[in-house]
Formats: sequence, structure tokens, C-alpha cells
Amino acid sequence: MYKMAVIGDKDTVMGFQALGMDVFDAKTGNDAKQFLKDAAEKYAVIYIIESLAAEITDVIERYAEKQIPAIILIPGREGSLGIGMDGVKKSVEKAVGADILFKD
Amino acid sequence: MAVMNVNPTRMELTSLKRRLVTARRGYKLLKDKRDEMMKKFLNIVRENRELREKVETLIEDANKSFVVARAMMSDAAMEQALMYPSQKINLDVDIKNVMSVELPVFKFSFENEDESGMYPYGYATTSAQLDESIKALSQVLPYMLRLAETEKSAQLLAAEIEKTRRRVNALEYVLIPNLTDTIRHITMKLEENERGNLTRLMKVKDMMIQQQYNAKAQQG
Repeated sequence: MYKMAVIGDKDTVMGFQALGMDVFDAKTGNDAKQFLKDAAEKYAVIYIIESLAAEITDVIERYAEKQIPAIILIPGREGSLGIGMDGVKKSVEKAVGADILFKD
Repeated sequence: MAVMNVNPTRMELTSLKRRLVTARRGYKLLKDKRDEMMKKFLNIVRENRELREKVETLIEDANKSFVVARAMMSDAAMEQALMYPSQKINLDVDIKNVMSVELPVFKFSFENEDESGMYPYGYATTSAQLDESIKALSQVLPYMLRLAETEKSAQLLAAEIEKTRRRVNALEYVLIPNLTDTIRHITMKLEENERGNLTRLMKVKDMMIQQQYNAKAQQG
């Protein structure tokens, strides 16, 4: 049995706590990095807000080719920054060699 | 023309020909694998994109109502209300095999099925806005999980496609041409030897005939 976690600032993650997810209140990228290092195996899905994810892309990429955990970017307080969508775009470029889905 | 460093013998030639057959078959199989994976990947990534758009807008909406709820209540009351969740999510992970890439499948269920279990607090000290935002979030949750599943699948498939494409290209542009070149090289070398041998034999025969002729001439 796995769990789900949300990493982000207090304002955005508190609501998820009510739904029974584990929340981690990270103020800086380093906090988030430390959390991933300590606890990544316990979770099947980890949601992280985009602004934090942008600071630790190197760590997140390390998990990209593992089955678990899936680290998924979600918009934080500031609204969507488009970083999550960039990730989708990147995997298209990786697989196809060119961006054929987002050309429009 | 890239000829491998092998001895031009008949034995090498047979083994090279065998390798070429294997390489061609592997190339064909890998190419089929790549094409099929690409088809699957495109479907998944399209879904991924739609889900992401949906989840992002839904979360933004939920966040907005959460900000309102937060403004209506004190920090302490808010924390108290949300600190102990009454809801628990059970998450199971299955593995699905797609073209020998193992993709995770997430299944989840709420421990508390009815709607009242969603709110971990009594209604007395909290605002209606908080109820709203919690409800909104719980409605996003299934989509968030689908998103996690498809996004992970897309990443894993993309990595595998990249690997397979490299292999296909290595076979198509390096190994197979090298093998054909080497095989041609060896065949030519062997034919050359054959011709050399033939002329030598003809020369020897001529010399022998000349000798016999000379011997007869001396006798006669």
C-alpha cells in the first residue's frame, strides 16, 4: 500500500491534507529536495507545486525513469506557470525527436 | 566503406553472413516495436495533455476558493480544522506491460465513501467557503491520479522509445552497412585469389607444355 504526498507552500497544500494525503510544507527548494531524498520510496505519487519544482529540476529528473514515485507538477498559489506542460512537451520531443503536439 | 578488421577467409564470410541475417531480423523487429510504441505514446501523450489542462484549471479554481476561505478564518482555526483528516486514501499500484515497458497503474479508493467523511471538521467553527474548496479539491483528485498515471507512462515510454530508436539507427546506419561492406570485401578478395590461382595454373600448364615440347625436339 502506497501513499500520496503533496509538497508546496502551506496555502496550497493544506486543502489536500483534508483529503487524506500527506503534506509537506516546503519553503525552499532545498526543503523539498531533502524530503524527496528521505521519503520518496514511501509514496507512489508526489505532487509538487511548480515554483518549487523549478528549483530542483535535477532531482526530479532523476525520478523520471523510475516507475515509482511519479512526481507530478501542479500549479501553486500563483496559478499555472506552464512548467508542468513543458514536461509533457519535453517527453514528446524525446520520443518523436520533434515537437508535433504543441506546434499550434 | 567501413570494412571490419577480419581475415578474408571463407569461414569468416559464412559467420558474417549469418550475423547479417540476424542483424536484419533484429532491425525489422525493433523498427516494428518502435512504430507500435510511438502509436501508443502519441495516444497517451494526447490524453496527458488534456488531463493536465483540466487539472491545472481545476486546481487553480480550488486554490482561489481556498484563498477566500482562508481569509474568512483565522490561521489557528484553519489549521485546527484541517490538521486531522478523517478521510484516508487507499492507493494501489499495479504494473501494466506495454511493449515490454512496465507502466504503473494507480487505483485508489476513499476509506470514507460518503460525502460527510470528506470534511474533517465540525461545521460550527468553519466557513462555508472552506467546505466549497475542500469539495472542489476532492473532485480534482480522480483527475490528478489519472494525470499521474498518464504522465508517468508518457515519460517511461518516451525513454524507451528513445533507446529503441538509437538501437534501430545503430543497426540501420552502422552495423548492417558494415557487415555488407565487409562481406563484399571478403568476396572480392576471395575471387581475386581465385583468379590469381587460375592464372598461375595456366602459366604452369604452359611451362609444362613448353618443357615437353623442348624435350621432344631434343630427342627428334
